[in-house]
Amino acid sequence: MRYLPHTEEDIASMLRSVGAEHMDDLFSVIPPDCRMGKALDLPDALTEWELNTLVEALAETMAVSPKYKIFMGAGSYDHYIPESVSYLLGRSEFSTAYTPYQPEISQGTLQAVYEYQTLTSRLLGMEVANASMYDGASALAEALLMAIRITKRKRVALSRLVHPHYRAVVETYLRPGGYEIVELPCLEDGRTDILGLPGMDDLAAVAIQSPNFFGCIEDLTEASKSIREAGAFFVTSFTEPLAYGLFKNPGCQGADIVCGEGQSLGIPRSFGGPGLGMFACRIKHVRSMPGRLVGKTNDREGRPGFVLTLATREQHIRREKANSNICTNSSLCALASAMYMASLGGTGIRELACLNYDKAEYLKRGLREAGCTVTFDSPTFNEFVVTFPKKLKYTYKKLLKQHIVAGVPLSTWYPELVDHTLLCVTETMGREDMDALIREMEL
Amino acid sequence: MKEIEELLFPDDVHYAETHEWARDEEETVVVGIGDYAQDQLGDIVFVELPEIGDTFEKGDQFGTLESVKAVSEIYMPVAGKITAINEALSEEPELVNLEPYNRGWMIEIEPDDPDEIHTLMSGTEYMEMLKGAE
Amino acid sequence: MRDSQGTSGLILNEPLLWKKGSKGRSGFSMPRRDVVPSPVAEGITGDGPDFPDLSELDVVRHYTRLSQWNFGLDTGMYPLGSCTMKYNPKINEKQATLPGLTGAHPLLPAELSQGALKLMYRLERYLAEITGMDAVTLQPAAGAHGELTGMLIVHAYHKNAGSRRSKIIVPDTAHGTNPASAALCGFSSVPVQSDEKGIISPEVVAGVMDEDTAGIMITNPNTLGLFEENIREIARIVHAKGGLVYGDGANMNAVMGIMQMGKIGFDVMHLNLHKTFSTPHGGGGPGGGPVCVKDFLAPFLPVPRVVYGEGTYHLSENFSQSIGRLHAFHGNFGVMIKAFCYIMSMGGEGLKQASRLAVLNANYIKESLKESLHLPYDRACMHECVFSDKLQETQKVTTLDMAKRLIDYGFHPPTIYFPLVVHGAMMIEPTETESKEDIDRFIEALRAIVAEARENPELLKSAPCRPKVRRLDETAAARKPCLAG
Repeated sequence: MRYLPHTEEDIASMLRSVGAEHMDDLFSVIPPDCRMGKALDLPDALTEWELNTLVEALAETMAVSPKYKIFMGAGSYDHYIPESVSYLLGRSEFSTAYTPYQPEISQGTLQAVYEYQTLTSRLLGMEVANASMYDGASALAEALLMAIRITKRKRVALSRLVHPHYRAVVETYLRPGGYEIVELPCLEDGRTDILGLPGMDDLAAVAIQSPNFFGCIEDLTEASKSIREAGAFFVTSFTEPLAYGLFKNPGCQGADIVCGEGQSLGIPRSFGGPGLGMFACRIKHVRSMPGRLVGKTNDREGRPGFVLTLATREQHIRREKANSNICTNSSLCALASAMYMASLGGTGIRELACLNYDKAEYLKRGLREAGCTVTFDSPTFNEFVVTFPKKLKYTYKKLLKQHIVAGVPLSTWYPELVDHTLLCVTETMGREDMDALIREMEL
Repeated sequence: MKEIEELLFPDDVHYAETHEWARDEEETVVVGIGDYAQDQLGDIVFVELPEIGDTFEKGDQFGTLESVKAVSEIYMPVAGKITAINEALSEEPELVNLEPYNRGWMIEIEPDDPDEIHTLMSGTEYMEMLKGAE
Repeated sequence: MRDSQGTSGLILNEPLLWKKGSKGRSGFSMPRRDVVPSPVAEGITGDGPDFPDLSELDVVRHYTRLSQWNFGLDTGMYPLGSCTMKYNPKINEKQATLPGLTGAHPLLPAELSQGALKLMYRLERYLAEITGMDAVTLQPAAGAHGELTGMLIVHAYHKNAGSRRSKIIVPDTAHGTNPASAALCGFSSVPVQSDEKGIISPEVVAGVMDEDTAGIMITNPNTLGLFEENIREIARIVHAKGGLVYGDGANMNAVMGIMQMGKIGFDVMHLNLHKTFSTPHGGGGPGGGPVCVKDFLAPFLPVPRVVYGEGTYHLSENFSQSIGRLHAFHGNFGVMIKAFCYIMSMGGEGLKQASRLAVLNANYIKESLKESLHLPYDRACMHECVFSDKLQETQKVTTLDMAKRLIDYGFHPPTIYFPLVVHGAMMIEPTETESKEDIDRFIEALRAIVAEARENPELLKSAPCRPKVRRLDETAAARKPCLAG
């Protein structure tokens, strides 16, 4: 086996050094009734070349672009990733390193994460961002737990227009602690009804996603006023951070904690993971923040350098009293997103965000003209809810035959929205692809 | 870390087994941590203190001290109400290391029982305790 | 230090990203604009983030230079205890970037994603076989996420049985994630101490186990690298009082194909794909933390689960007792591909051999260094061994000093100051992918450092001297945090 370097001579000589005759003697402390007692029933080992064939065959069954035109977003977005980003990310000095516990030989990771924290803070309009969480869903759950810790209150409110899977994860995280979750209803225009919430006084936090699950841009400024007055934390969530290249960021609209999914920023969809949990807050709350942080300092000779800092918040020091149990995070994905943000630049992210918006508006117009109904009239970014002229089931199947995936049907999570689908277009969708979809409506 | 003989244990304060000191200032009691504790903890980077007006029993945790890689809890040497906290420590936590008995003080208490302070150890008794634990 | 691997080469300074570039530059090939601009509603647009504008080469040089300041597993031996820094096969990276897999949307209908679902289904079966457990979820994104999943299952199990239990037993040698994960489920940790042999005795467990205790979290082999010999008896005690046994599988690399986790009394356990199953650590993540359970706990596993029937695979949420969802989608699929490829490349016998060699390497290091360094538990170890700096106390040289000096010799230091039960611990896990020559070089380096500690301790206290920066001021970093530029 090419990953195991030991020759028979090596093994014999090492066994002599440790005073054992056979390798199995090394396990003599394990009682017989704890032993496997049989060979592992696994397929025979494959050669590198056989493995290629096997995995390629699995990959080929998957419906992906360009063979399929996939109008799906809903928390996972198709964006072009520059080859330079993939190439740099493959540098094994980054990918095969562990958590940077030895700063002298981890300055590459540390500076890159410090830069990620900075770019993330700027994108979200916040003062401090951590080194990442697992994904947008766990980031939201951790944000709410942070608000609960600080306010010492036990109730949180969650907009019904937060990604349904995120709400499910929040419930999983909060339920055993005995915390109560209340739901903010949805308005006719596809935005959250913040006034629909009576008695905010005992709330630890109110969480709203923008753009929300229906793609609509929420009025966070308006929401933040009433949430502030009640003394609750204003947590905003997101699944499509590219939107902040065009729209106001959550920080300038009064958010206390901003968290969400960074997959859009240079990370492939990979069937849903790994993603990137982005997490930012105000500096005054940094000691209650979960996750790792990289800080700037100097070495003994006064040269600038970076270290993991404020580690006393974390599990390896504070154990059961830690802010979070998180250890391994999504560091390499954070690097990918920093590389991507650096490649785009301020000018590029604006242009790309505009292009996403314009393409979605183009499709919206075309579908309307073809007899579809756009359900909500609030502004959107790159996804929106529609109903087709015919039953969704019928049109969806018909389109699938043309290798078009007509978005994400919503009735799974919103039973009242039968026949509604959530469509997404990004810069990867050409005008002719959108025209093809529109044409099908007219047939 | 220093040897016990190198550490300072002034006699104008009283000591708790958990290494806090308490100084009798007539109406109030001022509290900090002693030279031994600050030396054991190393460079203090953050001090978390209670709110003015909070009340605690003797032995209750009233705050935490953080060094780079450790967190320690600090306890009330006598019962009472917090009347002042050392605001300077939020900007300069190193005062706890540099001047543990003076500018590194932490809280001022209005004691429930003005005599309770006398149940604590003297500097000599405290040093004996430390030596016994060696 | 004549024969040291460590040397100095040319590396370049590199400023922070935003100190570079010039407004109007771009490193991105902007897609063709084939639609007209549309008006945006008033009052909702912002200024866009203040990012630097860089060319593609600016970006490439920036990150290439940064990467050269890093020590990775491909650079050299990385004997970080409890982290299993084994070689990350390159072919697995390639498979994970196949367009059919990276380009797949997680909400694709089942008929359009059979390959991914099949891979997940098979990986679950393989992990069940390797551990000897019955059912598996791949959803947790990391070890601690797996622990949380496991604790939620324990919590749900007791709740379902109509009992509310508030405590959980956690040995003092456990990773900090154990008590932190338990706390998220509202359990308070009851610490138990290991005995003079470095393991947990049944008596101490019996002393604290009661009907208000949900169970025990136990790492086996433990973080001292020792096999918990009393595990079956401990499990019997916990089970007798209605508790469950949670296994932290962080150290599974020692016992693949050798120990049967199902037989030793584990009811639920997690694995770390980024340790035992060779997926790279990525400078801190992403990882994978599958959770394996016995049949009676399977109803509580998170949803969605991959199910197979009538020739097709699909995802099902139809499990009424499930603890719910822990990830936005199905977990870190990209990591699962690599673990799957690793298992397929190794086969059953290959995995067993990997464990044997991991244990041989650790014992070889332990025997070779126990004259030079204090060995608190002088017994046969599993895949890692723990030394301390006790013999260096007279020279006032600490574990930290020796670890930093190892850097000058061209090695990544071991895990230091963990587990907490050993004062000045130095925890060495070589893994099976290090050759005898490399291990011999590591042993020589540590012996040389021990000699330097006697003859010239200043060398160690001022180490490292070769990397780009010297020891950094962590106190200043924590007192006045500067977390963004």
